[in-house]
Amino acid sequence: MCVHQSINITTKSSSSILFYQFTQQNLPACKPVLTPSWIVTTFLLMGVIFIPIGLVTLRTSHSVIEIVERYDTECIPEKFRGNKVSYIKDSTILKNCSLYLKVPKHMKAPIYIYYQLDNYYQNHRRYVKSRNDQQLLHGLKSNDTSSCQPEDSSNGLPSVPCGLIAWSLFNDTFKFIRESSELVVNRKNIAWKSDRNHKFGKQVYPFNFQNGTFIGGGSLDPSVPLSDQEDLIVWMRTAALPSFRKMYGRIEEDLDADDVIAVHLMNNYNTYSFGGKKKLVLSTSSWLGGKNDFLGVAYVFVGSSSIIISLVFMLLHVKNPRPYGETAYLSWNR
Amino acid sequence: MNLDGETNLKLKRSLEATNHLRDEESFQKFTAVIKCEDPNERLYSFVGTLQYEGKQYPLSPQQILLRDSKLKNTDYVYGVVVFTGHDTKVMQNATDPPSKRSKIERKMDKIVYLLFSTLILISSTGSVFFGIETKRDIDGGKIRRWYLQPDDATVFYDPRRAPLAAFLHFLTGLMLYGYLIPISLYISIEIVKVLQSVFINHDRDMYYEDTDKPARARTSNLNEELGQVDTILSDKTGTLTCNSMEFVKCSVAGVAYGRVMTEVERTLAKRKGERTFEVDDSQTDAPGLNGNIVESGKSVKGFNFRDERIMNGQWVNEPHSDVIQKFFRVLAICHTAIPDVNEETGEISYEAESPDEAAFVIAAREVGFQFFGSSQTSISLHELDPVSGQKVNRVYELLHVLEFTSSRKRMSVMVRNPENQLLLLCKGADSVMFERLSKHGQQFEAETRRHINRYAEAGLRTLVIAYRELGEDEYRIWEKEFLKAKTSVTSDREALVASAAEKIERDLILLGATAVEDKLQKGVPECIDKLAQAGIKVWVLTGDKMETAINIGYACSLLRQEMKQIVITLDSPDMEALEKQGDKENIMKVSLESVTKQIREGISQVNSAKESKVTFGLVIDGKSLDFALDKKLEKMFLDLAIDCASVICCRSSPKQKALVTRLVKGTGKTTLAIGDGANDVGMLQEADIGVGISGVEGMQAVMSSDYAIAQFRFLERLLLVHGHWCYRRISMMICYFFYKNLTFGFTLFWYEAYASFSGRPAYNDWYMSCYNVFFTSLPVIALGVFDQDVSARLCLKYPLLYQEGVQNILFSWPRILGWMSNGVLSAIIIFFFTTNSIFNQAFRKDGHAVDYEVLGVAMYSSVVWAVNCQMALSINYFTWIQHFFIWGSIALWYIFLVVYGSLPPTFSTTAYKVLVEACAPSILYWLTTLLVVVSTLLPYFLYRAFQTRFRPMYHDLIQRQRLEGSETEISSQTEVSSELPAQVEIKMQHLKANLRQRNQ
Repeated sequence: MCVHQSINITTKSSSSILFYQFTQQNLPACKPVLTPSWIVTTFLLMGVIFIPIGLVTLRTSHSVIEIVERYDTECIPEKFRGNKVSYIKDSTILKNCSLYLKVPKHMKAPIYIYYQLDNYYQNHRRYVKSRNDQQLLHGLKSNDTSSCQPEDSSNGLPSVPCGLIAWSLFNDTFKFIRESSELVVNRKNIAWKSDRNHKFGKQVYPFNFQNGTFIGGGSLDPSVPLSDQEDLIVWMRTAALPSFRKMYGRIEEDLDADDVIAVHLMNNYNTYSFGGKKKLVLSTSSWLGGKNDFLGVAYVFVGSSSIIISLVFMLLHVKNPRPYGETAYLSWNR
Repeated sequence: MNLDGETNLKLKRSLEATNHLRDEESFQKFTAVIKCEDPNERLYSFVGTLQYEGKQYPLSPQQILLRDSKLKNTDYVYGVVVFTGHDTKVMQNATDPPSKRSKIERKMDKIVYLLFSTLILISSTGSVFFGIETKRDIDGGKIRRWYLQPDDATVFYDPRRAPLAAFLHFLTGLMLYGYLIPISLYISIEIVKVLQSVFINHDRDMYYEDTDKPARARTSNLNEELGQVDTILSDKTGTLTCNSMEFVKCSVAGVAYGRVMTEVERTLAKRKGERTFEVDDSQTDAPGLNGNIVESGKSVKGFNFRDERIMNGQWVNEPHSDVIQKFFRVLAICHTAIPDVNEETGEISYEAESPDEAAFVIAAREVGFQFFGSSQTSISLHELDPVSGQKVNRVYELLHVLEFTSSRKRMSVMVRNPENQLLLLCKGADSVMFERLSKHGQQFEAETRRHINRYAEAGLRTLVIAYRELGEDEYRIWEKEFLKAKTSVTSDREALVASAAEKIERDLILLGATAVEDKLQKGVPECIDKLAQAGIKVWVLTGDKMETAINIGYACSLLRQEMKQIVITLDSPDMEALEKQGDKENIMKVSLESVTKQIREGISQVNSAKESKVTFGLVIDGKSLDFALDKKLEKMFLDLAIDCASVICCRSSPKQKALVTRLVKGTGKTTLAIGDGANDVGMLQEADIGVGISGVEGMQAVMSSDYAIAQFRFLERLLLVHGHWCYRRISMMICYFFYKNLTFGFTLFWYEAYASFSGRPAYNDWYMSCYNVFFTSLPVIALGVFDQDVSARLCLKYPLLYQEGVQNILFSWPRILGWMSNGVLSAIIIFFFTTNSIFNQAFRKDGHAVDYEVLGVAMYSSVVWAVNCQMALSINYFTWIQHFFIWGSIALWYIFLVVYGSLPPTFSTTAYKVLVEACAPSILYWLTTLLVVVSTLLPYFLYRAFQTRFRPMYHDLIQRQRLEGSETEISSQTEVSSELPAQVEIKMQHLKANLRQRNQ
């Protein structure tokens, strides 16, 4: 469909021909024209490519086994359910809680553990800006913490790590027990390698953290450098949307179908005052990642509509034969 | 003085009463009073008197030197300054140079207003939601989103001052969604237009080798306007014609001389095929013979007469040699030209008031009647004496010159020859001359009429030559009367003079007729024909007389035989009678009435013929135009003019030209004015586009034009090719620009909705800054500079394509809004498909969950892919430049990500290693990009698919035609592609019409 046009000029060098063609707007060009056959072929081709991709994607998504358990309401004792916020804020109560999960199908290791928060605006502008990358990397050497406001310091001393993000660190903890033996949860390497190595300092230790009058989220072990505080690192990589998952750890053994897993958790984190949900997610992964049917469905949808369109087009084309060159269709002749 | 667009010299004379003032001293005691009219813009009239020594002397334009005149053949002049500065006629004719903007740009302003309202709308929507959300953060002392610490917030997020926070957020929103208003569009358009101008300047097909002049775009901001021209207002002299006359043929004593074939004759001959076209009665025109003679004589400008019977003194042997002698004597004497003798070579050239006069004098010289000197009272000739065969000097005493006026249509001189005979030598149009012949002077009338008709058929201008001998008594009586008329001070002096002249110009003896060719510029009829096919109306505004203008109108196929002519003129006998009475107010009133009546008649004529296919040509003269341009008549005149296929305004002053241009422009149609002289400046400046012809008449027109070309015929390419391309390019470019920025801007907005409208952009700041600079700008510029819907050849082959611009199809509101909604739709698809595909699940095998950085990159990649592929979809002209820019822009985005991502994290922040570490290894990321991009393009592709098939536009048809390579033309072309070129056909028809008119 490409028509190459060039004109013959007797010029000495090819570069001057090129220049001539350029200035005369006569460069060899490909001029595709949208003919009916091309239209039909394109739509058919799209269908033919997209439907298989969609089916494979769907299949892959279905092969992922995912257990999602919402626990924010259940983990509040009956008598406090009327006033969840005061329960969660009461630091004197030990907020342990147990959940029982039934494994629906055989889950192959590694099994990823996520916590999921809904209606939590980690992408709020005020929240996102309240951090100091310099301080995370260099610690107290970087003393301009104005960007961390309002959590830049407490008691007149700067906090490390400063800012709202760090201050609101998620602090629920989970323990998994299968048939009375505790499952080993690997909590290393849950953060991005580049974050650990380049964004959080190896020599930077938490300092004056969560020392203010108003305690936000979790606290940190002051003897562990920030680069090894992977929970913090994961938390500090803010989520895009108000519903998000963050990795908690990995179970590195298979779970069999119908296994019952007891989860002992500490329900410390306050999502009650803003009506957020908390969920625990156990999921295997495929080459595509986690479970999400949308991509596959969308592929199949786009592919099949392409085929339908091509059929409709063909039908109309055959039904309305019109010789090209009919000017009656020109808008100014109507 | 070239204000009227004519290069020839104007004869200026002082009053005879002041002739004795010859040096400074004589002025010491000179006192006189000049009374004259108020400053006005009329170049051809001046009313005034000089009161000197108790007598009143009339002042006419002959005594006035206009500002900007050049003095030639005269060493010095003593004069009085009558008007200065802004009161001069030149300045009265000047109009302020306007600043011109194209229609598209003006429409673009409206779009920007629209977008600005959209911007305010979505910003305020966001602010309202933000205000509500923020206010709810502290609800009766209870803190809701504690992680934001709303109790310790700055003013921007303070729930207790939520309205203020909302207002401040509104300002943030204006900044954030500022991408809706593409500032870079203005810069890109400027770049594109400059490059387009470069292409216009470099076009080989608009380069005129003879004068080494390429086309020049003197301004770059009207390129697209060239593609929307509805009406062309053209000057005649120097624009359509070369402004040179050639003496080609003559008929003397009933015998036709002159063997050269005119162009029209040649086409006629070609049409007749084998039958040879007879040039004269006795011999057929053999090219060989013709050629030999041409070679023998040197070519003389203004003289293209070849006949061995006349040339080289051979005329003496012709049967009517005495008539021939008289004939050429008339040519040599009856004129107002001035000889200019070159001292070194002895060669004589002539400066004449009109080029045809020069042609006559030259013809006489070439035949052997060399006019070499003139004074106020005498004319000297070198003549061949037929008896002795010697050259002799003959001096004719010049008694009176009865000048040419458009109503008289003739001029005469009265001379006393060396034999002391009184002679009246006269030349004029056949319509007035034949009725003035005496009984015994009609000897050759029948043949001469036949020849004149034949000449007219050949597109030549003809004049009849006659003479008369006067008796001394008759002359004396007449002279008295004539002088009385001439010195009368009333404003109807001209009428008196004319009627006096009439009395003596009778009983003439016919000598013969001349035929002069007014040479059209090369390719003018073809060009006008093409422009007409493209649906462009051509108006000719000229300072010429009506007959000349009509003649040229036919010659360049503006007027055609099948057209009905509507002539609006005030040169009627009734008017003349009125003018003789001299009641000015009455004249005004009657003129106005007459013009109104004529226009009304014209309109009714046009209306009654609306059903039939008759087209009309309107011819109007300057005086009528004055009235027609009056506020009251303006609209009526315009209505009539618009319904006519072509309009010719003759005898129009520069100011009138500009006024007519303004009138046409007032209808909202794009006007293009083309001219070459200083008299066209007003018109060029007034029109939407002014095109100057860089010809012989100096630079003034070029300096005030927007485009300068060397020849009229280049206009065809300038409009049909460059104009069409530029229009298409700019309008597509603007539409696309809005599309791409809306796509981008709205993804930001949708993301805001998911970030509680806090003002967090979905992308890293640097991605956003680079969007309009690196990832999407170059393909648009390539579109604006290089795109072609069809090639230049096809643009010219299917001139109707030009209507896409005139009717503004590519930049109509439906199309603009269509592109905009495509942008919004694309944003919706990109945002929701991406967020749903990469929701909160792990997006790769190692279980990492999606975060802000990944989502931003995924969305941004889709945007970059989508807008660039959209570009690839919407153009259908790919050179390596397009490929390089489109695919290069996408590649550049990934390269940018890698480079930017490898900078230290304190600088690259959220982009740190995001592609290399997080996205690139994820298959989901690539699959999502593919899905989103294809789905985004699908609606547009679907629209295009159905539109090209079922509602194709003209360029779609042509592209399709080209692809099929079929020989059959698009139907609109069929009538043109008959066996004869259209303009020949048209010319033939017009000549027939011309003939018919003359015979009436």
